[in-house]
Amino acid sequence: MYKTQRLPRLMAGPRRSRWLLAGLVAASLGAAAALTAPELLVNGLLLGCALALGAVGLSAAYGILKFIHLAHGEFMTLGAYLALFFLMEVLPALGLDSAGLGLFTFGYALLLALPAAMAGASLAAVGLDWAVYGPLRRRSAAPIVMAMASLGVAFALRALVQMVWGNGIHQYPRASREFIQLPLDIRVPPDYLFLGAAAGIMALLLQVFLARTRIGRAMRATADNPVLARVSGINTEATIRWAWVVSAFLAAAAGVLLATANAQLRPELGWNLLIPLFAAAVLGGMGSIYGALTGALVVGVAMEVSTQWLNPSYKSAVAFGILLLCLLFRPGGLFGERE
Amino acid sequence: MLEIVNYLAGFAILASVYAVLALGLNVHWGVTGLMNIGIAGFFALGAYTTALLTTPPPDPAKFEQFVFGGNLPGLFQRWGVGGDLWFLAGLAAAALVCALVALLIGLVTLRLREEYLAIVTLGIAETIRRVFLNESWLGNGSRGLYQIPKFLGNLAAPWLYDLLYAGVALALLLALFFIVERTLRSPWGRVLRAIREDEVTAAASGKNVFRFKLQAFVLGALIMGIGGGVYAHGFRFIDPFTFDPLLATFIVWVMLMVGGSGKSAGALLGALVIWGAWSGSQLLPGYLSNPNLRYLLLGVAMVLVLLLRPQGLLGRR
Repeated sequence: MYKTQRLPRLMAGPRRSRWLLAGLVAASLGAAAALTAPELLVNGLLLGCALALGAVGLSAAYGILKFIHLAHGEFMTLGAYLALFFLMEVLPALGLDSAGLGLFTFGYALLLALPAAMAGASLAAVGLDWAVYGPLRRRSAAPIVMAMASLGVAFALRALVQMVWGNGIHQYPRASREFIQLPLDIRVPPDYLFLGAAAGIMALLLQVFLARTRIGRAMRATADNPVLARVSGINTEATIRWAWVVSAFLAAAAGVLLATANAQLRPELGWNLLIPLFAAAVLGGMGSIYGALTGALVVGVAMEVSTQWLNPSYKSAVAFGILLLCLLFRPGGLFGERE
Repeated sequence: MLEIVNYLAGFAILASVYAVLALGLNVHWGVTGLMNIGIAGFFALGAYTTALLTTPPPDPAKFEQFVFGGNLPGLFQRWGVGGDLWFLAGLAAAALVCALVALLIGLVTLRLREEYLAIVTLGIAETIRRVFLNESWLGNGSRGLYQIPKFLGNLAAPWLYDLLYAGVALALLLALFFIVERTLRSPWGRVLRAIREDEVTAAASGKNVFRFKLQAFVLGALIMGIGGGVYAHGFRFIDPFTFDPLLATFIVWVMLMVGGSGKSAGALLGALVIWGAWSGSQLLPGYLSNPNLRYLLLGVAMVLVLLLRPQGLLGRR
């Protein structure tokens, strides 16, 4: 089979480095747990799940579109605000407002708003591809120029969000709930558990989508070798649109889940996560989905555990530190090829 | 009348600072093709370096917390060096610090795929901002530094100082412009353009691509550091919020792309046009002066230039 092995394949499995990786992750998690409050470890893992949704989309977009999408954080923000719109305007008008479902602070309305926001964000992504990225691609603009355009898109999207919803802090409708008490004196906010579960389900669905469906196979083929994919009859333009849909879907889900778990929503939500997302994606090897997933868990744990010693304001600096170390010692990422 | 003069002087100072930043970015992106989206980081480093070196030591009575105030003007006076030469020493230090940081970043990233430089510069700018925000022993935290001395403050009455300093900033800008132009026209600059156009060919003709990229990255960062220094003494107040991604990084990109990437004159023109539009639109009535609307237009301007006229106002295809 013909392969260009510069980038890791989209679903590059952890074959060669599986044991190295598993050992590394286990060692770092174990060390962190032994050194610090296990509570931070658990919360870090759950937050890492949200990061994973974002990083997977970012990495998949890089694998297929071949440029770093700097507006990815803004997709998260947009998704979170679209959910706010559904929760505050649309659903109450239909008589569907609720808070406090079982253990959780949110109501079943969120379960309706979440898919709606994901759909809305992916529509926006396809629209942006039609208006901005598509024309640049057809002119075969350099990847770095596409990245520049995405920076413009990022600032425009954030400005739009701020024009519609203002610069202040918002909150989804919520009821107050007790923290959940786990063994070892670990206290976890209930919404974090929902976050972890929802992220896990979405990761599974993504796996099935990529492995089993025709579109998923086309996406993998396009990521592997766009020219070969086109020659063998794959409509690469349609495949790229699907890549945008998937990537914005996951980003919006991450945004909504984070806004729920953090109990607050600000316009900077996505922009501030850009560095952690890139750290996760680079750590896993840009372009690899499993890599981004693992990378996000490592980065999430590191960010949370660091608050034991560091000012929480430095969380993104911790992610940046991981990114730098990764570039210094293994620039291809854990799953990637050596550069 | 005086208000208008001072407004224009303030405009000229900021436009010159932005033009210096755009000159630096032109060396990075326009000439060499290095994507630096952390201009704010070098801007902040330059401004804080010269500010910390020249302000008087902190006064505990005012709850100032930073441990370092170099008080260069006082030192120079004691050493009998007149003529406000401390200003140049401060700028040189700002340039040096930025050059060192750029050297470190470049050593890590410039051998790798080109996107990694963008990600790392984005991260370093955010990290620098957070360090100045949280470490109040370093730069007085969120309260910022507000006793940055005036350059040639004895020459002009306080109400004329902005006008005088606008002249200083413009003169520095022109000097930098000619130095950069000379440098880029040299064989060295030609190699940079060759690298931008085709890295493989440049390497094949025996050029050490990594080394040239590193030199260009350091040169651009050094220019940005000088821009930060010029800003600090012009406004004599800096805080971490001055160096946000929008007004310290993104707007500079829009300036360069609109003016004409690859040309120093384009950087100057873009800085004038975009800063004019940005500060002019502050005066518009009603919703038109909404800052979010102006952010949106900046983002749209960036995208439109890339789509419709990638060469900018001054460039050739």
